Amino acid sequence: MRRDGLTTGKNSRGDNQIVERFLESTLESVDEAEELALQEAEKAGVPEDDLHKIAMAVRESMVNAVVHGNRYNAHKKVHLSVSKGAHEFVVRIADQGDGFDYEHLPDPLAQENLLRHSGRGIFLIRAFMDDFQVRRLDPAGTEVTLVKYLVSK
Amino acid sequence: MSVKLSTRQVGDVNVVDVAGRITLGEGSSALRDALRDMVGKGQKKILLNLGDVSYIDSSGIGELVSGFTTVTNQGGQLKLLNLTKRVKDLLQITKLYTVFDVHDDEAGAVRSFA
Repeated sequence: MRRDGLTTGKNSRGDNQIVERFLESTLESVDEAEELALQEAEKAGVPEDDLHKIAMAVRESMVNAVVHGNRYNAHKKVHLSVSKGAHEFVVRIADQGDGFDYEHLPDPLAQENLLRHSGRGIFLIRAFMDDFQVRRLDPAGTEVTLVKYLVSK
Repeated sequence: MSVKLSTRQVGDVNVVDVAGRITLGEGSSALRDALRDMVGKGQKKILLNLGDVSYIDSSGIGELVSGFTTVTNQGGQLKLLNLTKRVKDLLQITKLYTVFDVHDDEAGAVRSFA
């Protein structure tokens, strides 16, 4: 299944797509996506310090897609694509869920939220990646784009 | 391997040696179960040795925080020992580093329990 904006070959940023998977909505898929992204990031020459950050951002995004987006629904897939441009390494993760209000998430650093059990995933993704974009998909779903620059800007 | 937990007694402090990954699923639930079990047995001095923890995600952080509040609400203390740089960095960017009592030396950590 393919949806708008999720094409093979050159993606919308002009980067070369190197991996594409349609994954089950399971926690095993979270590990698989993390491992795949890590392997490709190593091949792409991402510095050692950034590998763990990418792995963690992919893990958090996959958990959001599987758990909060698709809600473990066996009929829904998570679309993973990894691409590399001249100056950036890009991971896209799209679910088929109902979406979330990413512009009004509680601040996990606010004193009243510090001891909350959850709510740190998106914050950590933003902290670990150079660029992070979220967009709604039509008719349903959310796609996140994780970008790590390969050269300092 | 996801996570491995083993518990030992040092004086009246329960030291939990944690190794591996504390991530959503097996890792975070194992930690949650271990802490609930200790709190259920009335153990109030718990020292989590995270020296061999290679990876912790937001779910794992959530379990640490939940464990901390559960133990504290029962009148106990939960402290952390031997943080790796990654875990320390994570706790710092999430502003949790100052919430936990963090130690680098086990003997000193054990003595710090009142």
